[in-house]
Amino acid sequence: MNRPENVSGPAPPRELRLAQIQPAIEVRSLTRRFDDFTAVDAISFDVQAGEVFGFLGANGAGKTTAIRMLIGLLAPTSGEARVAGHDVRMEADRIRRRIGYMSQRFSLYEDLTARENIRLYAGIYGLSDAAIRERTETLLNRLRLDSHGDTLVRSLPLGWRQKLAFSVAMVHEPEIVFLDEPTGGVDPITRRQFWEMIYEAAQNGTTILVTTHYMDEAEYCDRVSIMVEGRIAALGTPAELKAEFGASTIEDVFVQLARPTAEIAAGMAAGSAGTPTSRTMPSG
Amino acid sequence: MRTLKFLLRKEFLQIFRDHTMLRLMIIVPVVQLLVLSNAATFEVRQARTYVVDLDNSSASRGLVQRLVASGRFDVSARSSSMALANEALLSRDVSVILNVPADFERDLVRARQAPVQLVFNAEDGAGAAVLQSYAARIISGYAAELGQLRPTFTTLEGATAAPAVVAAPRIDLRTRGWYNPELRYYDYMVPGILVLLVTIVATSIAAMNVVREKEIGTLEQLNVTPVTKSQLIASKLLPFWIIALVDLTIGLGVAKLVFDIPMRGSLLLVFLAAVLYLLAALGIGLWISTVAETQQQAMFISFAINMVYLLMSGLFTPIQSMPTWAQWIAELSPVKHFIVIMRAVLVRGASIEAVQVPLIALAAYGAIVLTMAARQYSKTVG
Repeated sequence: MNRPENVSGPAPPRELRLAQIQPAIEVRSLTRRFDDFTAVDAISFDVQAGEVFGFLGANGAGKTTAIRMLIGLLAPTSGEARVAGHDVRMEADRIRRRIGYMSQRFSLYEDLTARENIRLYAGIYGLSDAAIRERTETLLNRLRLDSHGDTLVRSLPLGWRQKLAFSVAMVHEPEIVFLDEPTGGVDPITRRQFWEMIYEAAQNGTTILVTTHYMDEAEYCDRVSIMVEGRIAALGTPAELKAEFGASTIEDVFVQLARPTAEIAAGMAAGSAGTPTSRTMPSG
Repeated sequence: MRTLKFLLRKEFLQIFRDHTMLRLMIIVPVVQLLVLSNAATFEVRQARTYVVDLDNSSASRGLVQRLVASGRFDVSARSSSMALANEALLSRDVSVILNVPADFERDLVRARQAPVQLVFNAEDGAGAAVLQSYAARIISGYAAELGQLRPTFTTLEGATAAPAVVAAPRIDLRTRGWYNPELRYYDYMVPGILVLLVTIVATSIAAMNVVREKEIGTLEQLNVTPVTKSQLIASKLLPFWIIALVDLTIGLGVAKLVFDIPMRGSLLLVFLAAVLYLLAALGIGLWISTVAETQQQAMFISFAINMVYLLMSGLFTPIQSMPTWAQWIAELSPVKHFIVIMRAVLVRGASIEAVQVPLIALAAYGAIVLTMAARQYSKTVG
């Protein structure tokens, strides 16, 4: 799978932006322990503004734990992280205004309509009534959901729900958006549409940190990191990683890195390394 | 405030869209009030009575007739054998034996006092005690009527012990229940049951609502937004605060129309107490939601808490009869204070000065519980 047509090729203004100013996300030796289990083990990386940063790893590798620390849901055990220039420990409230988040669990209200969900989150982020109305129509229109704006989210197909969830996470035009397995369980066509939406957001200057199980999706990212057992085992552009590991695809790189531990942790990681769609347990 | 408006709109949309839950919150308490108020009664009617009348005089027949006329006792068997009567009691065919010895009337006339004996099956202790007090009232009433009869009776725990006759104390006891002279059981049960029902709405349903959002992951989504802790808590508690007050209003209507509960005091005072009380109840619900991870856990914890509150509220058993340590726990229960206020204001017409102590207790309780729960509620997991 190649990059979607309309966003393929380097966009000059974007390359310029990448080189600019301070990183959108700075992580230094970030660690989280649960009793004697170290879920995230002293990871360090930067994500530049406007970058699409892929966060790869087997189930239980620590991706979700790392994201939860970055968005202020989980306190780090040690280490530091700054998101949009703010410390995750001290300034979580400031960070929350400037980020969007889409969790791996579907988290829109299924007993509300698409329109009501959009209005709720737009309202929470302080948009004016006029802006809420306008944004709602634009979003529904772009998702081709115009005629289903008053349908309960529960009754929408999964693909639409996921795209709606992404739009809702973006409703306040955040600087940085965290997507935790946004394409889990959706069909290939919807996945492609989803990535078109991600690229469009990136084009508009939004920084994107995305976790995924689909190795073809990793190829769409500007840079990827691969987490193994709480550590970052590899980090670079897809081309760099393939060169470094002498592999033809990111999937090969991933398998090389994850295989030894995956075989030890039998049922948990092995399944996801081989068949990305099967999920035996929620990733921690 | 604007954020809260959006959150509240969402809560009410969800509440009104869930018809099952709405019915549970509005209709079920009313049905329960109607059913429980009629069922949870200490009144005993038509107790099956075995009469052993060895005197068979006009005085003894008069006594039996008074007992039957009260509606509390019903003569289901008669013989002159105490042995047969005991057998009937043991086989639970009857629950009371009335034993009038021979010479009852003669003793009355000559000695101006005569013993009668009542034997109860006290397996159901509460029921036996109630029957005993009915019998005492009827017999002393009959004695007063005759102007000279001073009967005595004894109660036996279980039916196996031998009947005994005890000499009567020569005391003329006259009791009078103030404010509720007929000791109408509805007057004190219905307000109490109403309190329990609104408590369950406030505690359990509020807790379940928050935990449900935890389970489906929407709470996490809200925690990533700039919504503050107090906005979130307010949006979760306000709707149930209102619904519980609606329940209380409907319940008071039912109490008045169906059970003819007196409303001697100010209804405004009742609602003031309810407003404070519900803060405490909602605070407990919020606290439960911070502890529980699943709806089952929330349900179990609130069930356990409500159970203790229910049994120690003074609704079913008088607090004075509890051991001291239990009385202290009851003092710490907001349910107890609210029931005290409800009964005092409705039945006695108490003024705000008369109930200021429990009122202050409720306010303090609400403030403390709500503060503690809010402190425990965290957007970040440690």
